[in-house]
Amino acid sequence: MSNSKESNYDTQWPLWEVFTQPRDGKPHEHAGSLHAPDAEKALENARDVYARRKEAVNIWVVQTEDITASTPEDQGPFFDPANDKPYRYPKFYNPPRAVKKRS
Amino acid sequence: MDEQEKQQEFQEKIDSGITIEPKDWMPERYRSQLIRMMSQHAHSEVVGMLPEGNWITRAPSLRRKMILLSKVQDEAGHGLYLYSATETLGTTREKVIDDLLEGKAKYSSIFNYPTLTWADVMVIGWLVDGAAIINQTMLARSSYGPYSRAMVRICKEESFHKKQGYEMVATMAQGTPEQQEMVQDAVNRWWWPTMMMFGPHDDDSPNSAELIKWGVKSKTNDELRQSFVDRHVEEAKAVGIEIPDPELEFNEETGHYDFGEIDWDEFWNVVKGNGPMNRERMKAKREAHENGEWVREAAEEYARKQKLSKEKAS
Repeated sequence: MSNSKESNYDTQWPLWEVFTQPRDGKPHEHAGSLHAPDAEKALENARDVYARRKEAVNIWVVQTEDITASTPEDQGPFFDPANDKPYRYPKFYNPPRAVKKRS
Repeated sequence: MDEQEKQQEFQEKIDSGITIEPKDWMPERYRSQLIRMMSQHAHSEVVGMLPEGNWITRAPSLRRKMILLSKVQDEAGHGLYLYSATETLGTTREKVIDDLLEGKAKYSSIFNYPTLTWADVMVIGWLVDGAAIINQTMLARSSYGPYSRAMVRICKEESFHKKQGYEMVATMAQGTPEQQEMVQDAVNRWWWPTMMMFGPHDDDSPNSAELIKWGVKSKTNDELRQSFVDRHVEEAKAVGIEIPDPELEFNEETGHYDFGEIDWDEFWNVVKGNGPMNRERMKAKREAHENGEWVREAAEEYARKQKLSKEKAS
């Protein structure tokens, strides 16, 4: 390329993950990500990118590199402890009928 | 697990409709094909702002100006959803933008045609966004989670784009003889380039079979093109617009419209960079990128200083 610069690999700012709360009382949900130089700009950009049509009443932004996630390979072993505990579900129990029907 | 077993497990997931997420194992080619396709899609949204942006200052009324501004802003948003989704595959924003500016990445050829009159803005909304919706509704069911979710978001917004265009086409088609002539002229110029948006025939589309096998696409180029024709011919009829294709005819047997052949020489010529506006579009993108450089640097420097002074204070 005949650019004066060696390449266009200049900054596109750090990556942030955006979580939006669609309505009061609802949990925040991952909406997508965006680039921004700082948290304040990230919030503004999140509003312009992910809430142009009132999709959110509240927004969280967090820098992508600050998120720790479990991996797909973990899926088996990591969540294993929940596998053999059927007594954590109401279905496990067999109370007398009358009690069960109580509303 | 060896490579072949992983491949097989991957294919089984796809076949049973399980979504592939960024950290899941995927064949390298699935990854590279998606990066190519999704970044191309993102570039199309962003370059697509140029032909319409050309008319913002000359919109015929304040209402139309607000609508067009909002539509062009949506296209920027769509580009951003898609760039972010592409980045989940392990590439960076810098890299994909660089590929566009260096001419290594493509974008939809439709944006290499000029918008000569206001009627072009109307017809782009009706035809080009109409075609995009057909393609994107399919992609909303794509096997790659982030792509599919970006598409769902885009489809919701895109329907207003088409509707506002069709509304204007309908209005002008009932206008003065000059207005009718103007809108018909725009349709005459945009119909065939829009038909080309769906890409080569299935026989000439080397990527199609693979993308369908992987659940990225669920319909072929020709199938999508047929749905576009069936829908838009009816819409044209309803408002008294003529489709510039003498071979267009309803086929009772198939229940679809038969149509004429695309000028494939023109198609490949524009793809290869020789369309009426290729150079202009790339020039505009490069200039925007270069002129924005100081803004990106200044914002980053500001963020750095803010952080420093916060650290000092604590």
